Amino acid sequence: MAERSGTTPETERRFTPDPTTTRDEDLREAIWELGKEGEWIVQPVPEPYYEARTKYGRTKKIPLEKTWHHKSCGQCGHIPGYSTSIFWLNRRLGLDYFDPRDQTSCTAWNYYASATSNQAAQAAVAMRNFAAAYQSGYYPLIHCGTSFGHYKEVRHELVHDHQLRRRVREVIEKLGRPFVMPEELVHYSEWMYAIRDRLKEHQVYDLSQITATVHPACHYYKLQAGDAVYDPEIYGGQRTAVVTAVVEALGAHVADYSTWYDCCGFGFRHILVQRDFTRSFATLRKIEVMKEEANPDVVLTHDTGCVTSLDKSQFAAQAHRRNVGVPVMSESQFAALALGAHPFRVVQLHWHATEYRGLLAKIGIDAEQAWAEFEDDLERLKAGEMEHLTWEAVL
Amino acid sequence: MPSDRYQEVPLEDKLRLFEQVKADPRFDDYLYGCYECGICVAACPSARFYDFSPRKIAQTLAREDVELFYEQLNDDIWNCSQCFSCVRCPRKNNPGGLITIMREVAVKNGLRSTKQALAGYTRIIYKIMTTGTQVSPDMLQEDAFPDWGPGVKEVAQNLALWRRALPPETLHTTGLSWDVEERTKQELYLIWKMTGALDMIAQLDEGLHDIMEEVMEEALEEGGWSTH
Repeated sequence: MAERSGTTPETERRFTPDPTTTRDEDLREAIWELGKEGEWIVQPVPEPYYEARTKYGRTKKIPLEKTWHHKSCGQCGHIPGYSTSIFWLNRRLGLDYFDPRDQTSCTAWNYYASATSNQAAQAAVAMRNFAAAYQSGYYPLIHCGTSFGHYKEVRHELVHDHQLRRRVREVIEKLGRPFVMPEELVHYSEWMYAIRDRLKEHQVYDLSQITATVHPACHYYKLQAGDAVYDPEIYGGQRTAVVTAVVEALGAHVADYSTWYDCCGFGFRHILVQRDFTRSFATLRKIEVMKEEANPDVVLTHDTGCVTSLDKSQFAAQAHRRNVGVPVMSESQFAALALGAHPFRVVQLHWHATEYRGLLAKIGIDAEQAWAEFEDDLERLKAGEMEHLTWEAVL
Repeated sequence: MPSDRYQEVPLEDKLRLFEQVKADPRFDDYLYGCYECGICVAACPSARFYDFSPRKIAQTLAREDVELFYEQLNDDIWNCSQCFSCVRCPRKNNPGGLITIMREVAVKNGLRSTKQALAGYTRIIYKIMTTGTQVSPDMLQEDAFPDWGPGVKEVAQNLALWRRALPPETLHTTGLSWDVEERTKQELYLIWKMTGALDMIAQLDEGLHDIMEEVMEEALEEGGWSTH
């Protein structure tokens, strides 16, 4: 086998967490305490759940099913194969889930872009969605890294600020909703981490020849850092384990690169109205470094903004003959491909900007045939033979 | 060196805005002091591309340098990426969070520099506040994203058909990211009204505020909600 690409981490040290010397507090005890005092209803994580380790060695419960999917506006709007792949994996594994219409965006993309909101409004949006999940009998599973990070901030503020809590409670009561705080806030990539061995059991394609680089999403592990999943077997417990643990479980090679801590350049406001910054940062500090140091077949990440920035920014950089040109997708899309999901009906790669056909060929998927099948679907939709592509057609 | 910009703005106006920032309940949790170590700057993506420094933001607020604060409020805060890479600060400062607070104050007070920074952004505010989803499939238009390649045009041309070719039942939408229930949207409108978020828009763009208020009032009336 050819020598594997990627940089070698400069240290062999392992991070041994000590829950008694953490930088931030474990809020969960306070959440239950406030529940006992009648401040809110605590929604427990449904069984069966997986117990994962967080940064400082605490245990976090990850629900396996009965999940209420808090969708991402950027994923559903512009990268629909991202969320479709998450749903498809649930169905492929026979896990019960709920895709609600009684859900708004967390609105945090707008908040971090324009600040045209405030603490109480942001907290009320979160608590309205949590109430909707609770009333459905399903448990929130958050698709977007920014929603996850922002909701953790909101939770921190609601626990510590009783005036804010009272004010938001009044709003939620006016809506006729219960005031509910979930026992844990869970990101979908943590769910992917929890089911990684089950994914492997259902794997169709051998990924041993695939090299991936992983971009960990800032809002997943930098905001309220203590509540992200870490694993001593992954990067010696020094970086978050989600995404990488899944990709390795599926047998692909994860190559390291020196700018892993850098953000993707999304910028919230910048991606929409000042993209010179986004394009420059995404290509010069991320994609080019990955290409030079690891030459990956694919870049994998676990957040809406990161997929968008890293994927869309490459087109303009190619015009400047920069060293770019690598497909970008979420690990949910990558895992779905590995489990035999259709690259267009499910993974919806035609919404992506970067060229992905080389990756599909290397995995062993005939992209031309798959596109012909999808075009046939489109013709049937146009002819009125079916109204929508259905789950029955893609499983 | 003290800032000599914005000398035409009275000191009391600058002080008033500074006090609003300090009065935010999150302020004390976001600022503890500064070693001047520069770790936040090394981690900051915006610092690599702009004349921008999260360290200077934290220091200015800690020193209560009102003149420099006002300069940063106008010239710096919209450069921040809000990625929060700066929270690796060994003093547990949160420069990104401080900037969020400063931005809120800038919006609430309708600063001209803020209106300029958000000039091209108001259609997004309309979308998120009235539909509950930030970006929609029909925003993928060639003239809005010319740098994203020819795929954008292809998506736009095939949008309705491609959305029907999505298995999840909630995603057959073009004007919203997913199908949001009417009642859910009405609840969101009540949140914007009751928390003062809608009022904030009046300072930024009065016309946008009036349009959104009309849309929301009408929907709330149809839904049988009392807004008082």
